[in-house]
Amino acid sequence: MTSDEQHLDGNAAGGILGQIFAFEMTTAEVNCANCDAVGPIGAALVYAMAMGTIIRCPSCGEALMRITHGPQRFWIDFSGTRLMQLAATE
Amino acid sequence: MTKEFFSRGFLGRRREVTEAGRLPPGQYLTDGFPVLSAGPTPYTPKDRWDFTVVGAVETPQRWTWDEFQKLPRETVTADIHCVTKWSKFDTRWSGFSLDMLLATAKPQGQYLLAFCDGGYVTNLPLADVTNNKAWIVDTYDGAPLPPEHGGPVRLLIPHLYFWKSAKWVRGLRIVEEDQPGFWESLGYHNYGDPWKEQRYQGD
Amino acid sequence: MERTALPRRLEWQLGQVVAIVDETPRTRSLLLDVPNWPGHTAGQHVDVRLTAEDGYQAQRSYSIASPPEERNVVLTVERLEDGEVSPYLTEVLQEGDQLELRGPIGGYFTWRVADGGPLLLIGGGSGIVPLMAMLRHRAAQHSAVPARLLYSSRAFEEIIYRQELAQLAAADPTLMVTHTLTRQQPPDWTGYRRRIDRAMLAEVAWPPSEQPQAFVCGPTALVESVASALVDLGHEALRVKTERFGPSGGTA
Repeated sequence: MTSDEQHLDGNAAGGILGQIFAFEMTTAEVNCANCDAVGPIGAALVYAMAMGTIIRCPSCGEALMRITHGPQRFWIDFSGTRLMQLAATE
Repeated sequence: MTKEFFSRGFLGRRREVTEAGRLPPGQYLTDGFPVLSAGPTPYTPKDRWDFTVVGAVETPQRWTWDEFQKLPRETVTADIHCVTKWSKFDTRWSGFSLDMLLATAKPQGQYLLAFCDGGYVTNLPLADVTNNKAWIVDTYDGAPLPPEHGGPVRLLIPHLYFWKSAKWVRGLRIVEEDQPGFWESLGYHNYGDPWKEQRYQGD
Repeated sequence: MERTALPRRLEWQLGQVVAIVDETPRTRSLLLDVPNWPGHTAGQHVDVRLTAEDGYQAQRSYSIASPPEERNVVLTVERLEDGEVSPYLTEVLQEGDQLELRGPIGGYFTWRVADGGPLLLIGGGSGIVPLMAMLRHRAAQHSAVPARLLYSSRAFEEIIYRQELAQLAAADPTLMVTHTLTRQQPPDWTGYRRRIDRAMLAEVAWPPSEQPQAFVCGPTALVESVASALVDLGHEALRVKTERFGPSGGTA
């Protein structure tokens, strides 16, 4: 993939993910629905701007998750994530 | 708690508005031109670039970059309003009227989808891109439109929130039924009138 | 994978500025007392939100400089010339003022002594902040996990935490600190005088056979070139964690 000045690392999505999910999400492992690459959200490419947070697969660039934040609600499109694995407390 | 809190002495990077009624509700005036992208900046070499009008039309159209440059130009000065609350007055553009581009295709549907390099899509009623309301622009402030701002060519539809002015636009698909685009499918308003503050679905 | 002790959602909360420390001509540390702080791990960050009286808001992320062992939450902020938030934090905010923040955030770019090493830290400018939290944590735990820091700054006076780093390295044979000054060097400077490149990394970093855990933080250009150089030298991509601050080198 070509270098692109505009994206940040997965940590940059930690704030909004932390507001939505009770679990620590940047270490969650996701399977890309487009290319099947697996990796932690912390290693994904984040396009985080005031309009929304777009988390992209570092292998193929397709959006794993798209998140927007309206008044009193969040919208999350997970269609780019085939599977997500999270550590449980037991 | 957080609704009443404010940061002592914080003003932010805003300009004062001197003309009453010129700024839509909830907006702030800026001097800068913030770059907001949902993905990497796409690059298509000019010799492979084209712009098409397809779908529910009588005659599909296609222009190469050179053919485009031969079309009659217009200059447009407009105020623009982003749903993220910044507005910019008197932005100057140069490009081609959508009235002209659509006239040759003769649309037969009432809606359109603008599709772009990088996969971005936005939807519009045909009535909002005709009668001198919309352009395809390749020049900003007297210089070629930079890639981070949508170059080589982007839509310009100043009467709606600026997410409708799609960057890196490659064509228009005329359709019979409205279909929500990228942001419209994520909770943003389907139409987006800044004067009615139509930011999100249900507004 | 991170084990969360108590699942909870992040919320905005208020911290109070209890002290201000000028680190360099352009950076300042803010010591915050955050009443409901749940504790944090070295490498995590907070989101800071400023609200003007008319409701206008601006938000940025800042790495936590303090180790988990400290009660206060310390943020070290670099003032960016055309910034919107950093000039406020470094010039207007005073002791006694409140600051709205959300955190701690991030479980990926973190290091605990229990994670082991060797620990390879590479930073540019204000990218040193989360790495410093890791080194402070390591020192607080009296850990002997071998650690190497390669730190790029523009000039000697702009090295953030310069004295503290010198003291840590002098007292600890298992910690090596290497500086490079990219724009200006003092007359008697014998260290590196260029941007971090593959050759410098080959000299300073452990060989890939040592399998260090690498953390790279700073402006986007530095992070990208260092991360690819490390992988080029043979380090496993999964063991190189990056936190880029954006093109301007800070989050403004």
